[in-house]
Amino acid sequence: MTPDQFIFLLCAALIIASAIMVVTSKNLVHSALWLVATLFGVAILYALLQAAFLALVQVVVYIGAIAILFIFAVMLTRRELRDKGPQLNQNWGLSAVMAVFTFGGLFYILSSWSGFSAKAVEIPVGTDPLRMLGYALVSPDAYVLPFEVASILLLAALVGAVYIATASKK
Amino acid sequence: MTFWNDPINFLAEWLRGVFMGWGMAASPANAVTDIIGIVVMILFSMGIAILLVWVERKVVARFQDRLGPNRIGPYGLFQPFADIVKLIIKEDITPDGADKLVFNMAPVISLASVILIWAVVPLASKIYGVDLNVAVLYLVAVGSFGTLSVIMAGWASNNKYALIGAFRMVATMISYEIPMVVALLIPTIIAGTMSVKGITQAQSGIWFVILSPLGLLLFLICAIAELGRSPFDLNEAESEIVAGFHIEYTGMKFGLFYAGELLHAFTFGGFMAVFFFGGYGGFFGLEKLSAFTWLSNPFIQLVVFLIKALIGYWVIMWVKYSMPRIRIDHMLLFNWKFLTPLAFVLLMMTALVDKLLAPTNFYVLGMFLSNVLFAWIVIEILRAYSKRERSVTVEPAEPVAQAAHH
Amino acid sequence: MQNQWLYIGLFLVIGVIVPIVPLLASRFLAPHKPNPIKQSTYECGIETVGESWVQFKSQYYIYALVFLVFDVETVFLFPWALALQKLAIFAVLEGILFILILLAGLTFAWRKGLLEWA
Repeated sequence: MTPDQFIFLLCAALIIASAIMVVTSKNLVHSALWLVATLFGVAILYALLQAAFLALVQVVVYIGAIAILFIFAVMLTRRELRDKGPQLNQNWGLSAVMAVFTFGGLFYILSSWSGFSAKAVEIPVGTDPLRMLGYALVSPDAYVLPFEVASILLLAALVGAVYIATASKK
Repeated sequence: MTFWNDPINFLAEWLRGVFMGWGMAASPANAVTDIIGIVVMILFSMGIAILLVWVERKVVARFQDRLGPNRIGPYGLFQPFADIVKLIIKEDITPDGADKLVFNMAPVISLASVILIWAVVPLASKIYGVDLNVAVLYLVAVGSFGTLSVIMAGWASNNKYALIGAFRMVATMISYEIPMVVALLIPTIIAGTMSVKGITQAQSGIWFVILSPLGLLLFLICAIAELGRSPFDLNEAESEIVAGFHIEYTGMKFGLFYAGELLHAFTFGGFMAVFFFGGYGGFFGLEKLSAFTWLSNPFIQLVVFLIKALIGYWVIMWVKYSMPRIRIDHMLLFNWKFLTPLAFVLLMMTALVDKLLAPTNFYVLGMFLSNVLFAWIVIEILRAYSKRERSVTVEPAEPVAQAAHH
Repeated sequence: MQNQWLYIGLFLVIGVIVPIVPLLASRFLAPHKPNPIKQSTYECGIETVGESWVQFKSQYYIYALVFLVFDVETVFLFPWALALQKLAIFAVLEGILFILILLAGLTFAWRKGLLEWA
């Protein structure tokens, strides 16, 4: 097993364990912190794939903004932060079986896709992927229109936030 | 390569040779050498943090016209060691109702997030951790771990003052992150690269402070807000909410928060030097002359960098001990209504002027004058705004006696 | 180092261990005598009044929301900033358009009173 594979397995175990803890933890703020661990694991995966920019953006946007937003939302609205009552209801056996079948079905469908067992392409040493992303984002025959549309999408998000906030203030 | 020309690589080669001589294979020898390098870098940063405790106390004392520590060691230099011993032997009290795991993790994450920055600090052209080509974004990403540690500390303390302080501090830190990122984008645009070493080398002709003094000012203000120091320290104001989010922390845990804050301030001073004052360089080509080639020695560059970082840290302290603190709503409104639009307009103007004037001879003059013009326009707008605000309250009231006569 | 991110990963691991060392030293060297008065919550030296949960201002959440939108915007600006050197002025104008749309959003939020405290 190469060191890369070992680190990948470790990272995947971290992500899955944290994700399970997010869902099953009884304390809401602990759930939010396990979510931070999951997102950090995804950032490690991006770094393993040599996608440095995506790893850092994952940390900056997901952990630095979205996780903080979740924690604020939890702390501002919930008086009692602990869940009461049992974790599982009476149908847990049937739903576990269905989950396993869904996973198996997805795995089977994906395994017949050529990309499933392809190796990641090595980035040639001299190129700077971030700069090439920059060129792609502003060149007229690449992605400039999605770039500008992204800003309109963000504007729509801001307008939505204004609407929700002022509606709740009334 | 000798020790004096290239210390880190020389020592790494020597260590690797030693390990392979002991019979280790190549790649574990590499790994162990790297780990030793990392430990040395971290211990260097911690050593600087210890020195900064003394610097801070002496400087605040002089600002307040008193002497500061002068008993322990010459000029009080061993005071930080006394402080460390005191903090270690103090009892570590965990308040009841506190969430133990989160309570204990918060100071560790806070200090770890500051230590992580030192992986990319360019101390000299050949002394640094890694030369990440996305180092500017790395700086922002590591700051978000600091934000997380603040809210963990505030919540886990089970104390409403801690939670209020933590909310205020996190709101300040995230709000001021936007103008700070924009202020960081300005040297990125001018240098054309996000790697701190690249930005330092791009300043070998002229320092970016001359090309964009407003960028420096913006970065300074946002750095002080990110650090949670005065005048933005309502979050830990002793007279207001008694130390804010770290009320319930005693002993060494408080020491970790405190050392982390000081080291963070110094690191921001260092980055002010890197982004705007030429980093470890600064002799403007003098070192290319044959008599002065010793100026490009890594140790000289290290000393230059540390001096510039200390000057930056001194400016941050100067602001702290001279200005009164700002109310939280004023802080946040100042950011969202003034700094953010200003930062974005400054970014647009810098990008435009940089692109238009880059091939001409007027680049430096044009950038500087465009900054001056922009500053003048902003001051005029502020003046008009403040005049309007003041005219609202200055209306003379109708004298009651005169009205009663009619 | 061959892999930069491996270096940073090691830095993270060691950077988490280094602050733990003085904490462990403190655990061995410091006295440990808990009693209920010492461990009670601090409230300026008096007994705590009311519960530890207070209704906080929802304005903090709104600031975090606006921050999220602008954070994503600045993340988009990083590749743009890197690409500016080698492209024509058209690229600058595209970026300016991007920023102007979002400044319009900020102005809208400002005028609707979203940024007011309380």
